[in-house]
Amino acid sequence: MAYKRQIDRLPIPPKDAKVHNVTCHYCIVGCGYKAYTWPRNKQGTLKENAFGVDLSQQQGAEGTWVAPSMYNIVKQNGEDVHLVVVPDKDCVVNSGLASVRGARMAENRPSEVTGTQQQRLTDPLVWRYGTWQPTSWDDALDLVARVTARVITEGSEDDLVVSMFDHGGSAGGYENTWGTGKLYFGSMKVKNCRIHNRPAYNSEVHSSRDMGVGELNYAYEDYHITDTIVMWGTNPVECQTNLYFNHIRKGLENGARMVVVDPRRSLTVHTSEEIAGKDNVLHLAINEGTDLALANAIFTYIADKGWVDKDFIEKSTFRNGVAQEENEKFPAPLGSFEMALEKCRISVDEAAKICGVPAADIVKAAEWMAKPHDDGSRRKCVIGYEKGVIWGNDNYRTVGAIVNISLATGNIGRPGGGCCRMGGHQEGYYRPSDAHVGRPPTYVDHLLINGGGKVHHVWACDHYKTTLNITEFKRVYKKRADMVKDAIDAAAGKSREELVNAIVDAVNKGGLFIVDVDIIHSQIGQNAHVILPAAESNEMNLTSMNGERRLRLSEKYMDPPGQAKPDCLIAAGIAQHMERVLREMGHDKYADKFKGYDWKTEEDAFMDGYHQGNPEVTYDRLRAMGNNGVQEPVVGYKDGKLIGTKRLYSDGKFTRHGRKDGKALFCGGAWRGWQAPGKAEEQKSYKFWVNNGRANIFWQNWFLDQENDFVMDRYPYPFVEMNPADMAELSLKAGDLVELYNENGATQAMAYPTPTAKRGQVFMVFASPRGAQGNIVNPGVNELVLPDYKHCWANIRKLSDAPRDAQGISFKSKEYSA
Amino acid sequence: MRCKKLVDVGRRQFLRGGALGVAGAAAATVLPAPAAKAAPAPAQVEYPSNRLANIADLKVNEPMDIEYPDADSPGVLIKLGTPVEGGVGPDGDIVAYSVLCPHMGYVMSYNGEDKTLNCPGHFSRFDAEAGGQEIWGHATQSVPQFILRVDEKGDIYAEGCTDLIYGRPSNVLS
Repeated sequence: MAYKRQIDRLPIPPKDAKVHNVTCHYCIVGCGYKAYTWPRNKQGTLKENAFGVDLSQQQGAEGTWVAPSMYNIVKQNGEDVHLVVVPDKDCVVNSGLASVRGARMAENRPSEVTGTQQQRLTDPLVWRYGTWQPTSWDDALDLVARVTARVITEGSEDDLVVSMFDHGGSAGGYENTWGTGKLYFGSMKVKNCRIHNRPAYNSEVHSSRDMGVGELNYAYEDYHITDTIVMWGTNPVECQTNLYFNHIRKGLENGARMVVVDPRRSLTVHTSEEIAGKDNVLHLAINEGTDLALANAIFTYIADKGWVDKDFIEKSTFRNGVAQEENEKFPAPLGSFEMALEKCRISVDEAAKICGVPAADIVKAAEWMAKPHDDGSRRKCVIGYEKGVIWGNDNYRTVGAIVNISLATGNIGRPGGGCCRMGGHQEGYYRPSDAHVGRPPTYVDHLLINGGGKVHHVWACDHYKTTLNITEFKRVYKKRADMVKDAIDAAAGKSREELVNAIVDAVNKGGLFIVDVDIIHSQIGQNAHVILPAAESNEMNLTSMNGERRLRLSEKYMDPPGQAKPDCLIAAGIAQHMERVLREMGHDKYADKFKGYDWKTEEDAFMDGYHQGNPEVTYDRLRAMGNNGVQEPVVGYKDGKLIGTKRLYSDGKFTRHGRKDGKALFCGGAWRGWQAPGKAEEQKSYKFWVNNGRANIFWQNWFLDQENDFVMDRYPYPFVEMNPADMAELSLKAGDLVELYNENGATQAMAYPTPTAKRGQVFMVFASPRGAQGNIVNPGVNELVLPDYKHCWANIRKLSDAPRDAQGISFKSKEYSA
Repeated sequence: MRCKKLVDVGRRQFLRGGALGVAGAAAATVLPAPAAKAAPAPAQVEYPSNRLANIADLKVNEPMDIEYPDADSPGVLIKLGTPVEGGVGPDGDIVAYSVLCPHMGYVMSYNGEDKTLNCPGHFSRFDAEAGGQEIWGHATQSVPQFILRVDEKGDIYAEGCTDLIYGRPSNVLS
């Protein structure tokens, strides 16, 4: 039975409550919210309040209402204040809609008064006397700098391994990517680095960029006016909720058709059928990993039918054969439409066999996507793709094949078009060049597993939940970390110099010294020797852009917990200590590289980084632009407003690849079966395909949700959706705890009966602290070290009857049924 | 077991935190008491005890429209046919919920096939057999459940509510 809040009234914000602009820091959509704060001993009334609404009356649907999850008491300039965070009706992104994630922003704030999120880190911790002891910033950063400086001067910067977020929102954003970027790519040239969700430092959409097409090229309003919406390997109803309900829905209501490419009947299929009617929704439930065959068949069919935009191809794309040969850096040749067509050619019938869907459905998809209207005008089509493709089979060629379709039909840079990734986090990347990292980049997890690296700086990444081959990674990582813990324990009572010597000695023998910067004590952080507490969005000012490149300043309305600081200022602190220590060590020239971090605030970091490249943009100007912000790139400032760009490439010039001619390239990547090593064998060896991904209630790896009663009551364990007949064969009941196992490792989940699941295919929610799906994903990656998380096969066995906390929760269908 | 524990956790947080104290203070304005009254406002919302129906009026799995705690707050009274935790009556199977979706306030309908409340606004759904738990959707709480009592004559009374009802800052507005 359900978690009950037992709250039957809430304080009312008074008329003079402070109002702050907030962009939701969870998913890429970046919904606008307003935060109201006011003193602890004040309150509004039913008639006189900050909303200007008569609250003595029952509000109607879509009225003004503060849900209990939108309320908290937080610290602001050292004082306890009431906090209410409600969706902003005037924000064009969400028009007042709240998601099940964003509507919990307030209650997911750390509060000493209401007791929420007491897991947040408040002080730097160092491994001392056999456990973690809180200490001062200077003490912790001195140890970080001394060990790091010793290791990189005695060896090289290649001995420093860095895992760092590259995203916006949450604890990312332009301020913090610049802080970390300046440290590791400016002051140093660290090449052994990786990103929070993949084992290397690389783009998730290399081919789109190599073709000249930036992956976020449309405006959300393109959905309103398009003819056809294609959701390819993406489930926006759950993963970009208000993009779906505020924009995609409008398109469907305006008569657009929907094509969903997904082996699973996702809630995007069901919801679109509810809105548009079954006749206007085509679900291509292809065999896992066959997206490339499907995309190439659609491209071939469209080309053969002549449903291409000849004028666009002539003027805006490369016309002379091969522009870029296939090689180790480019997993497919790039060049002209004709070259790509020749390479990609595959018949609808052949693709139907590979994909396991009727040929007629592939033809129907091609017609819906590209067949010109009766008057000869272009059929407008938006294609959105995400992790089903990005974390899928043959990333480079598949993304390229999808972009081919949009380019061929002239559907990029035009109203009602676009070919975009849907996105995970918001974006907020501003760093010095990463060219020294190389392409392909280092497979960092392999490096660490094979004993490489001596110091590991980890920034808001938890590889115990969000990488592949986790079972092996954990086993080795812990062993290497323990070598250093043992060395520190053995040096108890010794001087700082002796301690540093002991640590350096241990890492030279195969140990790993780990510095973890995070907002909570994470699972990977259990191995760390120094833990540094970071702030989140709204505990600092933070700028990010969303999936239509909408840049906003999300304002600080509360203090970070304890001594926690913005990541950019932590990076600055590390740099300053590095400079001091290197100078002490006599490396004056090297020390000079760590100058230039005298930032007092996150705004200083913003001005030092993003502002230098975008001189029109300042905090004051962004604040004035409010929750609607401005769409990047910003091209000017006039009449008190920043001037942005509604959609990219509206001039027909494509530039993302850096070609001077402004011509887009087509991708000539033929279908070639399983691309990553080990996938074909694994598929043959195990009974179940373990599809995996997100669900709407959780954000990312549950780092805050794991301490949220509402969420953990609903899903005390990660769910695995299974066909009831498969469950019956394994004698499983709803809620039973099962183990999913293969030669890569094992993980656990709670069986959720799902009649729409295909036999032999299960869907497990990813990155749970109580069962990481990545434990059983093999180490196979593509040529550019992109992981294929989605293709994982395993056997399943029962571990236990439904544990106590899984008893009595609902296991009914998630599909709306009135 | 789980749910009871969590109910307690929720309550503890509520008591430990300022919310209760604040709510009590807020009550002075939320509930417009006579200005000169000396007694402090009560710390809890005072719920009316409203007769909803008699057990004899209910048929298994046929929902009855109700209003609680006042006419502006529509709800549903259901005899589920199987006992559920929190159910009342001789069979332990009678429950009542608000039908205003705690996401955006659309009026939900009861689906007797799988005993769920379904919202036409954004397709959230709630389990009438699991204390109104959100099965899937956008609300950040269970659907508010009305606390029921059955007297010796079989009359069913609503006398409280477990969660904040959509569209009001206090479950009792007047």
